[in-house]
Amino acid sequence: MPKRLAYSLSDEVLEHVFSFIQSDKDRNVVSAVCKSWYEIERWCRRKIFVGNCYAVSPKMVIRRFPQVRSIELKGKPHFADFNLVPDGWGGYVLPWITEMAGAYPWLDEIRLKRMVVTDESLELIAKSFKDFKVLVLASCEGFSTDGLAAIAASCKNLRELDLRESEVDDSSVHWLSHFPETYTSMVSLNISCLGSGEVSFSALECLVSRCPNLRSLKLNRAVPLDKTANILRLAPQLVEFSTCTYSAELRSDVFSNLAGAFSNCKELRSLSGFWDVVPDYLPAIYSVCSRLTSLNLSCATIHSPDLIKLVSHCPSLQRLLVLDYIEDSGLEALASNCKDLQELRVFPSDPFDVEPNASLTEQGLVAVSLGCPKLQSVLYFCRRMSNAALVTIAQNCPNLTRFRLCIIEPNTADYLTGEPFDVGFGAIVEHCKDLIRLSLSGLLTDCVFEYIGKYAKKLEMLSVAFAGDSDLGLHHVLSGCESLRKLEIRDCPFGDKALLTNAAKLETMRSLLMSSCSVSFEACKLLSQKMPRLNVEVIGERGPPDSRPKNCTVDKLYIYRSVAGPRFDMPPFVWTKDEDLALRLSP
Amino acid sequence: MVLEKDLNLDATELRLGLPGSSEESLRISNKRALPDMNDDSGVAAAKKCDQETAPPTKAQVVGWPPIRSYRKNSLQTKKTEAETGGMYVKVSMDGAPYLRKIDLKVYKGYPELFKALEDMFKFKVGKYSEREGYNGSEFVPTYEDKDGDWMLVGDVPWEMFINACKRLRIVRGSEARGLGCV
Repeated sequence: MPKRLAYSLSDEVLEHVFSFIQSDKDRNVVSAVCKSWYEIERWCRRKIFVGNCYAVSPKMVIRRFPQVRSIELKGKPHFADFNLVPDGWGGYVLPWITEMAGAYPWLDEIRLKRMVVTDESLELIAKSFKDFKVLVLASCEGFSTDGLAAIAASCKNLRELDLRESEVDDSSVHWLSHFPETYTSMVSLNISCLGSGEVSFSALECLVSRCPNLRSLKLNRAVPLDKTANILRLAPQLVEFSTCTYSAELRSDVFSNLAGAFSNCKELRSLSGFWDVVPDYLPAIYSVCSRLTSLNLSCATIHSPDLIKLVSHCPSLQRLLVLDYIEDSGLEALASNCKDLQELRVFPSDPFDVEPNASLTEQGLVAVSLGCPKLQSVLYFCRRMSNAALVTIAQNCPNLTRFRLCIIEPNTADYLTGEPFDVGFGAIVEHCKDLIRLSLSGLLTDCVFEYIGKYAKKLEMLSVAFAGDSDLGLHHVLSGCESLRKLEIRDCPFGDKALLTNAAKLETMRSLLMSSCSVSFEACKLLSQKMPRLNVEVIGERGPPDSRPKNCTVDKLYIYRSVAGPRFDMPPFVWTKDEDLALRLSP
Repeated sequence: MVLEKDLNLDATELRLGLPGSSEESLRISNKRALPDMNDDSGVAAAKKCDQETAPPTKAQVVGWPPIRSYRKNSLQTKKTEAETGGMYVKVSMDGAPYLRKIDLKVYKGYPELFKALEDMFKFKVGKYSEREGYNGSEFVPTYEDKDGDWMLVGDVPWEMFINACKRLRIVRGSEARGLGCV
């Protein structure tokens, strides 16, 4: 066989082979093999993920990948969830939609996270993409029910509308009624973030009854019990459901109606919502509990005894979100009943009270680590912790991939020894070799960062607050954590040296955000000059950084790699080395 | 400007901050409004007093503990509702220059509600009958339910009414015809 035939495959064959390669990482590797593979691959890539909307421009994406069907974009950094990024910082999706409207007429999926989405953007989506199927707006803001009405009215093949945790303005439009009578394609609808005025029940019931493929339905808070039962009866095929049980005294007719409705739902695997739930109504869901794999009770103010009863009915549980009302006793019950548990999140019911209002300590987490061998992901808010507990948890759960601990009071020490938690977190990173996400809290010195730099080789995201003694801490992390992509730091004494020494590292990461640390404006300017492919943004709430004394530290610093160059949609309180700065500031 | 630099005002500036932190300022984070504090009813005034004398919570550091706003709000509303037990709805009357707000939880039933409305707006509610609605008065009490529909007050049991009622409107008789039979 001639060498040429043996070593070259036709484009069609290659394209067919590439169609089996879904992950972005693999696709990127494929495209780097040779020029012809790069060409073939770029024409057949259908899905794009952009982790930072300012890292690349829409034009560049379109130029390289002309036939994209699905795009995912992320805007603001994670700390924006906690009001650490001022309003107006950026993350606007309209420029992307505008470009894609022209270039990708067959775009059918848009997933956005922490972006500013206006009604204009939604209207443009509704009008431009004929076969639009999936819209996910996670933690977004800037739009109203007017925009939703446009989507409902125009997107005949819409399968998924998910507004999880977004802020939606109520324009008093009954947007659900804008879905035409002929519309029947809904598979997944999440409107749990909407206020009480924004959903009409009759329209909702009508919609649910004519969508036979509906699998996931997450309603908002203001759905009373009798309506919940009606909806369940209309959609017994649901796999995921979010409900609200309106606070009211137990009425046996309402209860039995609800219990009957739930018992019809043989496919139900995930329940959430439960705002204002009255414990007396909880037994109405017992018929589905044995099949439940995911339960989100983080909005339910029910207490330990009721939680224990509930959890003991759910042996198949893989994922539990709950308030600290569950207490150590509840977590012990969880540990003995739910052997398949993979993810646990415990939120504080009263985060700002100095005194604990629930008996939840490190013991609860230790119990779960002992009883649940498949535990992989932990988010735990508590008021006390010990190194001994952390070491035990680390030894019990070497398969942890995500460990986020929030000891509520900053700088809290080990309650048994008075020591910092360096050893405890050190044990976590040493034993849990697959750890990809870590959040630290409590009293911590530079030592913990030494451990992290030494052991956390697969760590991709690290969150640090009120920790460390000096630049050495930051240096350990930047020089040691090979897989680090996102680093967010607040209120730590990290400054110029570590940053400038590890400047090159920053180009290998998605982003670094530092809030209330000790980085000077001079260092920011220097970094900006040295590293043209980094955007260095100084976010200053107290006036332009030039006007303040030379040794003054910056409020917030956001550094991210970008091939798009500086952005031009910045508000006045964001400074970059943009040369137009002088022009912008002049009257 | 030069003077400021020499004095090193930043170093000597009095500021609230946690020990060891460089420049954090403590701010009360109040992104969403607390329940309405504007009405004049005695009930609300008493509740306002309670809130002022409640033990002060610790001054809050921005963004700490790291909890999303929607969670904080959902807990906050629950707490204030649990503490005050309020179920405030706006009340408008045709021709009146401004709206009022009342707490439905305070009343045990329709007679008490009507008495309060009559006192507040200086009118008389007519006699209710299932067949004819309200007779003998120019004014008719109506409410907006969760579906956005305007309904005649009094048709459904009290508990059901207070759970469904989003706002009240006292309508002039001439406009209310048609609401008599639901």
